[in-house]
Amino acid sequence: MHAAPAAPQAGSADLPLPPRPPWRLLPARVVAMCIVELQKMRHDRTELYTRAIQPALWLLIFGETFSRIRAIPTGRVPYLDYLAPGILAQSALFIAIFYGIQIIWERDAGVLAKLLVTPTPRAALITGKAFAAGVRALTQAVAIMVLSALLGVALTVNPLRWLGVVVIVMLGTAFFSCLSMTIAGLAISRDRLMGIGQAITMPLFFGSNALYPIAVMPGWLRVISHVNPLSYEVDALRALLIGTPGNLPLDVAVLVVAAAAGIAAASALLGRLVR
Amino acid sequence: MSTENETAEPASRPAVACRGLRHAFGGAVAVDGVDLAVAEGEIFGLLGPNGAGKTTAIRLITTLLPARPGMVEVFGLDVARQRMAVRRAIGYLPQQLSADSSLTGRENVELFARLFDVPRARRRERVHEVLSTVGLAGAAERRAQTYSGGMIRRLELAQALVSAPRLLILDEPTIGLDPVARDGVWDRIQEVRRATGMTVLVTTHYMDEADQHCDRIALMHRGRVQALGTPSELKSGLEPGATLEEVFRAYTGDQLDEPGDDFRDARRTRRTASRLG
Repeated sequence: MHAAPAAPQAGSADLPLPPRPPWRLLPARVVAMCIVELQKMRHDRTELYTRAIQPALWLLIFGETFSRIRAIPTGRVPYLDYLAPGILAQSALFIAIFYGIQIIWERDAGVLAKLLVTPTPRAALITGKAFAAGVRALTQAVAIMVLSALLGVALTVNPLRWLGVVVIVMLGTAFFSCLSMTIAGLAISRDRLMGIGQAITMPLFFGSNALYPIAVMPGWLRVISHVNPLSYEVDALRALLIGTPGNLPLDVAVLVVAAAAGIAAASALLGRLVR
Repeated sequence: MSTENETAEPASRPAVACRGLRHAFGGAVAVDGVDLAVAEGEIFGLLGPNGAGKTTAIRLITTLLPARPGMVEVFGLDVARQRMAVRRAIGYLPQQLSADSSLTGRENVELFARLFDVPRARRRERVHEVLSTVGLAGAAERRAQTYSGGMIRRLELAQALVSAPRLLILDEPTIGLDPVARDGVWDRIQEVRRATGMTVLVTTHYMDEADQHCDRIALMHRGRVQALGTPSELKSGLEPGATLEEVFRAYTGDQLDEPGDDFRDARRTRRTASRLG
């Protein structure tokens, strides 16, 4: 069996297209999903504005109040400075943890089936969606950082550190959106996913160092905080943005491993959604 | 995952070949030993009542459900083993309204151009080309939520055609559309097929459509192919002057308690119909 003449090609001379090697496929799919996310945000900005309200309240009300009562020992760092990276991580968490709803909606609408009949391995599709969630979280991050700067938080001016912030937000959001898509693959229905999402968001948030240092937590909460990827995300953001001592290599390693595990789990469960 | 080698094949090899195609959801057998061969270039219709196994068969052929090796080949490529190569050859239109209403028509098609690796230099032109083919070039910059039901269906057709597939698979392409919109969809499919020799595999409930557009028809019932042939063969096989609808009734009877994915099927159909208004 060799080189028989090609069958008539539909539509145009250079189509259908030759396959791409996997190392080019993955970045191409991630770019495709991120572009769609940006296009959606451009068309409908209301979500951007409404989602900015909650972090703004945390900074303005919670932040300003707790700065005044000095209840939380943050050393020489003003409490608002301490809080801002935590709120950044929190808002990214909120976006990511309900991202699975989109995939359930896409399942119901037949979009998911259509995406899965393109030459896109399931892991590439999930990775694309995870980073698309990261793109959405980054637009949110811009709003929060602007507000923080206006409130007088001493943010870094080093562009390399800002690049680091982008990477950390992307990794953190990738993990939590994959957690959400994994739950979507298990829960199958939108209502159940909403319920589970609501149930785990606050424990993830309060069981982290977003609002207060791990040192002030009771022992059992410290344990939770140490296995909670959000703590590592906050630690890295705090180190990068306001220069508190942190363990960046460890933070990045935890987030990379968590994101990879999340992508693997969500991809493995994706088949359940289209069945 | 799977190998990406595109195998060249002799012209006689069918576009789709199913041998003992079978799938069960838990204990419910949805497809129960289907053998059929779709010839290259033909429009092949899969007909049957709700729950007959049509959609499940399509999901097996499109790699959405896992098939066992040897069960399905698409242009000689084993669906179980060469998933990526099979997907590159297929354009697929699911039963539901699957265009993204928050994106413009152009953006909807562009996404699929990217997912099929249409090179950047060709992408713009190719997207415009298929949008013109389905008669949406003028509405390309409008968001899909402003489209009528027929326009959305044609947009989805453009999404499926942008990769210039050799096999177009349509699951109930005209469900819930008015007669004019239905013709609009079929006219475009016929045009592309005439121009390119693309193979079309379609499921439908509409007997008149199957009669008018399909070269050959397989009648499915309870997960099996009950009858196979050209529309005129099937009609004259029953009795002179019979309609396709009568053939359909003769083979499927009037049983109401079908097993399988009846409920899901009906729910999906209704949802699609209601979204189309």
